[in-house]
Amino acid sequence: MCNCANGNIDKLIPQLAVITDIRTDTPDVKTFRVVGVDGKINFDHKPGQCAMLTLPGIGEAMFSITSSPTNTEYKEFSIKRCGTLTDALHSVEVGQQIGIRGPYGKPFPVDTEFKGKNLLFIGGGIGIAPLRSVINYARDNRDDYGKIDVLYGSRSKEDLVDYEEMTNEWVKSRDFDLHLTIDREQEGWDGHVGFVPNYLKELKFDTNRIAIICGPPIMIKFCLAALIEMGFDKTQVYTTLELKMKCGIGKCGRCNIGSKYVCKDGPVFRCDELDEIPNEY
Amino acid sequence: MQEVIKKRVKELFDNNTIVRAIGWENGEFFYDHTPAVFDSAADMDVFVYDNFCASNLSKYLINHCAPEGKTLVLLKPCDTYSFNQLLTEHRINKDNIYIIGIGCDGMVDIDKIRALGIKGITKITQNGDELVIDTMYGEKKCKKADVLLEKCLSCKGKKHMIYDELISENEDEMPQDASKRFDLVNELENMTSEERFAFWQNELSKCIRCNACRNICPACSCRKCVFDNSASGVASKANADSFEEKMFHIIRAFHVAGRCTDCGECTRVCPQGIPLHLLNRKFIKDINTLYGEYQAGETADQRGPLTDYTQQDVEPTFISDKEVK
Amino acid sequence: MQKIKLENINELLQSMAQIGKVYAPIEKAGQVNYYEWNKDAKLRLDVLNTVKSAKDVFFPQTEDLASFKTEGKEISIQAEKPLDEDFAVFGVRACDVKSFDILDKVFIEENTDEFYKARREHGVVISHACNEPEETCFCTTFGIDASAPKGDIETYTVGDTLYWLPVTDKGKEYSAKLGNILEEADESQVNKQKETIKAIMDKLPLKDVTTQAFGAGKTMEYFDRPEWKELSEACIGCGTCTYVCPTCQCYDIRDYDTGKSIERFRCWDSCMYSDFTMMAHGNPRKTQTERFRQRFMHKLVYFPDNNNGEFSCVGCGRCVAKCPISMNIVKVMKALGGK
Repeated sequence: MCNCANGNIDKLIPQLAVITDIRTDTPDVKTFRVVGVDGKINFDHKPGQCAMLTLPGIGEAMFSITSSPTNTEYKEFSIKRCGTLTDALHSVEVGQQIGIRGPYGKPFPVDTEFKGKNLLFIGGGIGIAPLRSVINYARDNRDDYGKIDVLYGSRSKEDLVDYEEMTNEWVKSRDFDLHLTIDREQEGWDGHVGFVPNYLKELKFDTNRIAIICGPPIMIKFCLAALIEMGFDKTQVYTTLELKMKCGIGKCGRCNIGSKYVCKDGPVFRCDELDEIPNEY
Repeated sequence: MQEVIKKRVKELFDNNTIVRAIGWENGEFFYDHTPAVFDSAADMDVFVYDNFCASNLSKYLINHCAPEGKTLVLLKPCDTYSFNQLLTEHRINKDNIYIIGIGCDGMVDIDKIRALGIKGITKITQNGDELVIDTMYGEKKCKKADVLLEKCLSCKGKKHMIYDELISENEDEMPQDASKRFDLVNELENMTSEERFAFWQNELSKCIRCNACRNICPACSCRKCVFDNSASGVASKANADSFEEKMFHIIRAFHVAGRCTDCGECTRVCPQGIPLHLLNRKFIKDINTLYGEYQAGETADQRGPLTDYTQQDVEPTFISDKEVK
Repeated sequence: MQKIKLENINELLQSMAQIGKVYAPIEKAGQVNYYEWNKDAKLRLDVLNTVKSAKDVFFPQTEDLASFKTEGKEISIQAEKPLDEDFAVFGVRACDVKSFDILDKVFIEENTDEFYKARREHGVVISHACNEPEETCFCTTFGIDASAPKGDIETYTVGDTLYWLPVTDKGKEYSAKLGNILEEADESQVNKQKETIKAIMDKLPLKDVTTQAFGAGKTMEYFDRPEWKELSEACIGCGTCTYVCPTCQCYDIRDYDTGKSIERFRCWDSCMYSDFTMMAHGNPRKTQTERFRQRFMHKLVYFPDNNNGEFSCVGCGRCVAKCPISMNIVKVMKALGGK
């Protein structure tokens, strides 16, 4: 692929990969299965890390790796259609080759701070994407963690990403509770209705757990407030941030919040760390 | 003059005629004045007006003519053309603006002084036609006429096209050398196409795509420029090849054709000294030839030759027959 | 120390060009920038600040990263090779020399950029002392000495003579390759010139500009200061300050369809541009005030935060001279940090 004379391939150069499966999750979210052209994964990663995907001529963007590192056969990316590159990705077919580089960012501390703890995952919409990697990692290393609760909400039943996996596989896990909610009443839905932060308050979790939030900024804001109200300390709450990125390695200069770069110092932040950076996200 | 203006603007603040004023603020040196928005009479203490207030303030009114109280703006004669053009294009609302037309006897270009090899400039005093320049390396002298800003060399005259009141001592002074305005355009027209191409290639290859020419230009008032729109297909941050170097400037020149008042801000701000105004002047000269003498911004109610149709308009074949070079 | 008469400088450059490409301050269409020297070039060693800084030589405004070819669903990727030949950059002023240290911190210390690193390794920096600093110069604020410009080789103009002093091993090796084009000289003339320069530096109008109020750990102290709005009020959101700045290093990565292949290139970008942080679902820096604040906070607080207190400004004065509205880091430092 590359015959660089001095052997040093720059970190900005993507590797070649191929899309081996495309799953339509919701009307605007598809999950892409990606492996290297040699049939092996392009690189290892940890839960919460991201990768840059390229379609030549369209561009490159950063996506959260949705699959768990325990899955060594392929990587998955759940991608919502919302811009030029994601539009193009949604129109490709299985067998399409793409460029991939990574992994980028600081992962969730699954092997340190999370270990042995009860975990509460709070997701909204496409925000489930980075959480799914952690949830499946915890399910695959079940003995390392305590009780797992997943609170996940979307606009409607059709907008719940990974609904099949959640309801068919996750719920069978030991000591695992799934709490689904949708924003408005809908025919054929007999589950909870209401916004995620409100449901969070209704569920009255005790504070003996780590909370991990990911979703739209407004949901993160209200869920964090709700958790604080419930007695959580900010050091028990983790979230991930998303800003525009071009390089992924802390150089191109656009994803910084104060002196922290979301691409390399994040995307995972403990909520007390957010108090030390300006509110520019 | 500076003190007269300052006093008058303070009065207008004090009698509640205006709620803000746009002028120039003292800089670090004697020549680096910054356009400033003053919110009170007290703010005006740092106001400055002298030979280094070249910037055309009319474009700032797009963001500063909201209805809550009048905004005062200080306009030099040439700036009033841009103001009128913005009025014509409904980008500003005169009802919310109070104009003081201020006199001008030509703005000095500090870069032209530097280009004479004069370094470490600390002070300039005018002595008749001559400038006495104090520097860290001794006193230097030059003729003011030799270091006037490019735009002042083809001054359209000292008359203000629009104002609410005037503070000017030379309102009736006619342009001195207006005939020279198209000299360089003529020179370019008389080149062979290869020579002309080489001239622009050489100039435009210096372009760093800082967008200063576009952002300062009062005619470039689109809310979102096509070159910033990633969906346009031409959005670009850098010139990917020598074609793109030219494309940006040529498209820009076409877009402001018939609307450009020749205020000269593009050339003034270009960090690479590209004579961008020559592109615009070529259009102005052609418009004058084909449609009769026309000066954009002379009044606010005229229709530009390129945005108006009359049966007397030249036909495209006629344009080619007429051999506009 | 060695020397050569300035009237023979083209012979020196000719010898240098035989070793490898030489980039130098060269005048083209009335402006001086770093271009590759050839015998027809108009060398302007007398000009203090080139329009674009010397960073262009190591971190060019645009450079190709990779080339893609697509056929159906298949793609091939051909990575660009990092530079593999020696070159020299001649006539670099002390401020620009210092800017390379700052760029090294960004591009080499962590997540090394191979393209930049290769150029740094292959490039010999030949500096030139400033006999007549401008009133816009404030390099002393950052501890830079224009009379000892550093780099691999220092050069000085004294009267009609250019003095040449290799400093690093790289500089010595390079000088050895030049043969006998340079003649031996003693240091007395240069030492005298250095004293003259130092005396001028002490009289520069901006010599008292201080960074004392800024530095690591001050984000929250300055972020919400009301002065940002006033300072940025007249900013037209162009990229002039960023593009003439020797330490600004933000970039964009874009694809360009040549018709034959897709070229992925990197180009300078500016935090002053409205679309810099624009995403499909919004922009965290909505107005010019936020974008303006970002640029100066980065230089005065964020960069020191991540680099042991080092500021990301070298006091070259280019932004002071070039900003279309005459707003610049000196005014910002004085307005926020007190005089």
